[in-house]
Amino acid sequence: MLHTVNKSPFEKTTFDSCLNHARPGDAILLIEDGVYAAVKGTAVAERVAALNGDLSIYALGPDLSARGIKDTSLIERISVVDYGGFVDLVAEHDVSQAWL
Amino acid sequence: MKFGILVNEGPYTHQASDSAYHFTKAALEKGHEIYRVFFYNDGVNNGSRLTVPPQDERNIQNNWTELAEKHDLDLVVCVAAAQRRGILDENEAKRHSKNADNIAPGFRISGLGQLIETGIECDRVVAFGD
Repeated sequence: MLHTVNKSPFEKTTFDSCLNHARPGDAILLIEDGVYAAVKGTAVAERVAALNGDLSIYALGPDLSARGIKDTSLIERISVVDYGGFVDLVAEHDVSQAWL
Repeated sequence: MKFGILVNEGPYTHQASDSAYHFTKAALEKGHEIYRVFFYNDGVNNGSRLTVPPQDERNIQNNWTELAEKHDLDLVVCVAAAQRRGILDENEAKRHSKNADNIAPGFRISGLGQLIETGIECDRVVAFGD
């Protein structure tokens, strides 16, 4: 399953809900303000870094750039994708769950 | 692959409509089929042709219309959500005795059944909202 999270973890609890429901083999894509969960050194960074390795975590590049977040500020396990990569992730997973 | 897109938010409020637009464009560029884009709740506001954003700013409604024209997309606005928010086509305006309609080119008004059909017909449905 692909999970998309579009809210900052410091504003809403959807990222937390997503982490509580995601299963091994799932992918999480951070979009819009959700990309703040990808930044190193924040209150959620440790939890993100400690997540099970079977869970892939991505962040949408254009939304990172729009917020001035550079690749060097990202937690190591985060992979950056563009909109084409977003489309590929949706195609690769049989279901997409938007945590709105 | 056949994609369905659900847009639950209006333009210029949150990023949802922009994200949905860029996703739809990227999917088309990759050769996927967009079976339908369904606009629900405040998302119906994407379908008004009377918006006049500043000239140096993106025009979200026009973007959808142009994309629909280029790729023959089916942009569907939920009728119940549209009535509440004053989005009317010629028929709806007549039916409710209103003196004008405002639906943007490329959009059509229909029911929630079209969303269910999107779920049945598509390989993937992606939702964008607040």
